[in-house]
Amino acid sequence: MRVFMFGWEFPPFISGGLGTACLGLTKGLAQHNVDVTFVLPRMESNEEGRHLTLLGANQIHAKVGIQDIRELRERVKMLEVLSPLRPYITDTEYQSIVQKELLSSEAVLSMDEQDFSGGYGSNLMAEIVRYSLICAHLAHKEDFDVIHAHDWMTAPAGMEAKRVSGKPLVMHAHALEFDRSGEHVNQQIYDIERAGFEAADRIIAVSHFTKDTIVKRYAIDPAKITVVHNAVSKERRLGQLRVEKPFREKLVLFLGRITFQKGPDYFVEAAAKVIKKQPNVRFAMAGSGDMFNRMVERMAELRIADKFHFLGFVRGTDVERIYAMSDLYVMPSVSEPFGITPLEAMVYNVPAIVSKQSGVAEMLDGAVKIDFWDVDRLADEILDLLDNKERADQIVQQGLETLKRTKWEIAAEHVLNVYRELAGGWR
Amino acid sequence: MISVCFYFQVHQPMRLDQRYTFFDMGRKHHYRDDRANAEILRKVAHKCYLPANRLMLDLIREFQGDFRISYSITGVALEQFQEFCPEVLDTFRALADTGCVEFIAETYYHSLSFLFSREEFKRQVRKHHDVMTELFGRAPTAFRNTELIYNNELAKEVERMGYKTILTEGADQVLGWRTPNFVYQPAGCEKIKALLKNYRLSDDVAFRFSDRNWAEWPLTTEKYARWVHDVAGSGEVINLFMDYETIGEHQWADTGIFDFFRSLPRAILAHRDFQFRTPTETTANLDPVAQLDVPHFTSWADLERDVTAWLGNPMQDQAAELAYALEDAVQGCGDDEMEATWREMLTSDHFYYMCTKWFSDGDVHKYFNPYETPHQAFIVYMNALNDFALELKTKTHQ
Repeated sequence: MRVFMFGWEFPPFISGGLGTACLGLTKGLAQHNVDVTFVLPRMESNEEGRHLTLLGANQIHAKVGIQDIRELRERVKMLEVLSPLRPYITDTEYQSIVQKELLSSEAVLSMDEQDFSGGYGSNLMAEIVRYSLICAHLAHKEDFDVIHAHDWMTAPAGMEAKRVSGKPLVMHAHALEFDRSGEHVNQQIYDIERAGFEAADRIIAVSHFTKDTIVKRYAIDPAKITVVHNAVSKERRLGQLRVEKPFREKLVLFLGRITFQKGPDYFVEAAAKVIKKQPNVRFAMAGSGDMFNRMVERMAELRIADKFHFLGFVRGTDVERIYAMSDLYVMPSVSEPFGITPLEAMVYNVPAIVSKQSGVAEMLDGAVKIDFWDVDRLADEILDLLDNKERADQIVQQGLETLKRTKWEIAAEHVLNVYRELAGGWR
Repeated sequence: MISVCFYFQVHQPMRLDQRYTFFDMGRKHHYRDDRANAEILRKVAHKCYLPANRLMLDLIREFQGDFRISYSITGVALEQFQEFCPEVLDTFRALADTGCVEFIAETYYHSLSFLFSREEFKRQVRKHHDVMTELFGRAPTAFRNTELIYNNELAKEVERMGYKTILTEGADQVLGWRTPNFVYQPAGCEKIKALLKNYRLSDDVAFRFSDRNWAEWPLTTEKYARWVHDVAGSGEVINLFMDYETIGEHQWADTGIFDFFRSLPRAILAHRDFQFRTPTETTANLDPVAQLDVPHFTSWADLERDVTAWLGNPMQDQAAELAYALEDAVQGCGDDEMEATWREMLTSDHFYYMCTKWFSDGDVHKYFNPYETPHQAFIVYMNALNDFALELKTKTHQ
């Protein structure tokens, strides 16, 4: 089985869980002898990729002509307006940006390899167009059985590859615009997501939570959607010893982007309620994001700065250290298609409280599940779990059982079954 | 005779190590950024303190007693001179030896202690008083509080401590139609006299000197002396209070700031009714013309001339509350090093860095702020303070 895969992130260049999931999935597929060619927008030299063929669109010298770009924008209507992505602007600001920066086909044409940032900058839409054309160019040359595209950034590439090759397309939904932005969706992103789902022969959703959203919000036939839960890497580099804490109090952890989607505000409010009842608890918030400053000020306003610590964006072994130092993990996400962090916490024997509005809640039968907005209940559960060792241990045990069952190899098998059904006669 | 009274503030904070994170807590109890502190101090010493002191010494010698000035040097600055550039201390001593320079008392740690703890305030003032007396051979008789923060209560406390003169801002909200160019009597006081900063003439030099958008640019000595002389007939003292770093650091040498000061004494003294006097000399010969009633805190900072540069947003308030809450434990632990570390954390600059008033459009705060954001300043400060509190707990339980 040969798969042509499109993804915007791959370790070590990741901004969230997408890249990590792509790495895990492709490793799992390799165990089933699936040949994966993975195209990234931008590739440096140190991506982890011995188990697959990695290509960087920035390294492909495809001849992209103005006609190609115009035709693509004709076919994929959402790409007609190539506005720069920039949230939170007023109408007038938008008008002036559109005047100055509205991307013409000529502008996309004049991009060269260096212009692929591979990130999520203001040039994202132009990068997506160019990436799509290069992927189509590659799809024309390469030989494969299935196309697999991760999230909306690569949906146009998937659709183009399908058009030139006639091969089936799998769209993999890791996160939706509704998760990121609540009711205030970016219409253009939504339209691209929806076009991708409509064009796809099959959709893989990371959770039933995500599947439901796709059915409800994008009007997609549920029969077309297969749920495959992510797995978690169980490698623990720090060994079994607990990392020494500089204080005696128990530590409750939030780790994730400090954005609307992740519900950091509910964590801060709950922390203040807990500290009021039980002063011998500390809280840590690890991550960065557009709500960072607001959270710092709110925490100070609640007068808990002697018990609440901001770690900023943590990377590498510091991620493991903070998990190992923690006694309880909280994921109060407002809308979380999957949410791998509670599983990571379990690897360090840390019990988790997760919001009901998350995919991972479907997997964790034992975990404590709360509505993200129910700050009182969250505070009560934190207090109870810190005090009730038996219950905490039980949650960890059940979590570890779940972990045993969640292997990328198994997730990959479900994905492979989808490929098999689509590729027909292949055995 | 009208007295021109120069007072220069000399201060450098102990900057915290911005790399001190949550993970350092419990492992590392050193919060200072030694390299940055040494580098900045040496840089400012060579741009400002050394050449400016040389200039002042030359002028004092040239005018044989007719050019007189005053300084307030914070304890945190003194310690850093001692550690990183002792030469600066020698030149200040040489200035003291001329007999034409007055050294003013303040809180040793340039702190907001008066707003939080009267006892701690008195301890810091006494410490500074003793160091000044020892270094310069004369006990200070004039007082200025951190950033000229002032109200009636402060004046009363400072009078009780025995000072004869107190310096403060000639803020509009206090003076109204009145001029800062007279000596005033603080409300509720009987002996101490207040000198009020003439902020227009002071800031013409301190802030506007090199501003090319200013209608009066370039500021020549002749023009400035004319403005000073214009006070004749409507005032008895002109208080020119500013950061010493104005000379060479805030206003670089190439703006002509050194030449300006070099020719200023002669231009001012060209009018026979004008003389230079230090704060204590000024108040010794002048009676207060009116009472000065300041129920609310004023300062020399920002347009507001109040304490909102250091306190008022939740980060500043919380950090200061938590720092001062440790006072009793610090006093009780009997560990000099812990005491010194704690007091360094009381320095007002730490709270100034957390100010969000002009966060969005960038301003003078940004110029003096080593942190990327006020929030970052708060987080670094709290990491250090939280570790300090833990360390303090272990020490006091032993």
